[in-house]
Amino acid sequence: MRGRFEGTLNGIKAVWRRELSAYFATPVAYVFIAIFLLVLGVFTWELSNFFETGAADLGPFFYWHPWLFMLFMPALAMRLWADETNAGTSELLLSLPISLPGVVIGKLLAAWSVAALALALTFPWWISVNILGPADNTAIALSYFMSLIMAGAYLGVGAAMSALTRSSVLAFVTGVVVAFLLTAAGWPLVTGAVSSLLGSGAGDAIAQFSFLTHFETAQRGVLELRGLLFFAGFLTLCLILNTLFVEHRRSGVQ
Amino acid sequence: MLDLDALSKSFDGYRAVTDLSFELDKGEVLGFLGQNGAGKSTTMKMVAGVLEPDIGDARVLGQSIVSNRREAQRLIGYLPEGAPLYRDMTPLTFLRFLADAHGMDRIARKTAVDRVIADARIASVTGQPISTLSKGFRRRVGLAGAILHDPPVLLLDEPTDGLDPIQKRAVRALIARMAHNKAIIISTHTLEEVPAMCSRVIVIDHGRMVADKSPDDLAASASGGLEEAFITLVSEARGGGA
Repeated sequence: MRGRFEGTLNGIKAVWRRELSAYFATPVAYVFIAIFLLVLGVFTWELSNFFETGAADLGPFFYWHPWLFMLFMPALAMRLWADETNAGTSELLLSLPISLPGVVIGKLLAAWSVAALALALTFPWWISVNILGPADNTAIALSYFMSLIMAGAYLGVGAAMSALTRSSVLAFVTGVVVAFLLTAAGWPLVTGAVSSLLGSGAGDAIAQFSFLTHFETAQRGVLELRGLLFFAGFLTLCLILNTLFVEHRRSGVQ
Repeated sequence: MLDLDALSKSFDGYRAVTDLSFELDKGEVLGFLGQNGAGKSTTMKMVAGVLEPDIGDARVLGQSIVSNRREAQRLIGYLPEGAPLYRDMTPLTFLRFLADAHGMDRIARKTAVDRVIADARIASVTGQPISTLSKGFRRRVGLAGAILHDPPVLLLDEPTDGLDPIQKRAVRALIARMAHNKAIIISTHTLEEVPAMCSRVIVIDHGRMVADKSPDDLAASASGGLEEAFITLVSEARGGGA
């Protein structure tokens, strides 16, 4: 049992290292981080009028996270499996004595590490609010923590979609579509329309499956156990689906 | 050392491999012959644990690839067809990744990596991105990866396909050096390689075994030598003339 666990851990570490080096061996990670920071900056500054709110909090900054993750995380995850399938290296990977869940987790952790680095590089915003006035740094730290957890869930969607195809572009498009559905389900415009069509119960029920709904309280610096469990549960589900999709290939179905 | 027991695989109703059974002992180098699409690569993938057989099993030193896959995979070195590699890595980082995947500690990893770099004669390119290497060097890097953990069983799918004569000779020499203490299967459709590398030949057609002989016996079975014998066997299996 212990040997099996150690074997899985070795697999996770080996795959994580390989995937992380793959991100930084090409301009992928650098371009991803640069564009993410630029777009997040423009949205926070221009659309949320960050400096005109007069408040020393990062609410306008965190507001955009689900919407940007919806696009950026599938972009980060799209190559994880699709490129392996396209290049034929998945055959090599599946012949190694490492557990498949270990490979799936290692790949996701590599993408998550890049996302974490991108989030960490937004630290000037945190410094800015502290310069503007007395900021609730604990609340900000909690919002960052939940944002990172949510990024993992979005990456889980992207990785699972990547396991279904040999085309990175298709993986990105399907990842964004699924991520959009999971985000927009909590958007007042959507919940309002569903409520008026099917009753308020239906609108509330759909909103419960939305990343937007579960990130709402975290955005204000409140850590809700329900939200944390939702993202952790969703990420676990994505990892299981990802494993099943790849395992399905072993049965010979292309 | 390697025991294939009634291995079978179908894809969407097409039977790629049917009831394939044979045993392979230490020191044997088996030439696995067949036309394109005969089922060679499918068999190799099943033995390597990449594909699940529909029926049957392959056991490596008693470890089942079906019920104890990871243990069986530890005992196998596999070079897939076309030797797919991570093109963004260098041969050195690629070999280190494989060593990590095999759970080697730092010292064992260094020893193994140094050994295979010398065996595969790739020392001059270890720091170059794999994407910039010639086909011959890429194949040798793939081969180095397959023998990194010194497995008792080697599965080499078309190891010399597309290589020039000098590169082919280098790969053959490497296989010959390893042959005495391993069981090796070489899948190929290049008949002239068989006498140079193999001590035994299995011919398959439409996923079924049609011959299991020594290269000399197979060549002697037809007046035109190995090529004629192969064509005759495949034609007979299909119930028609060449």
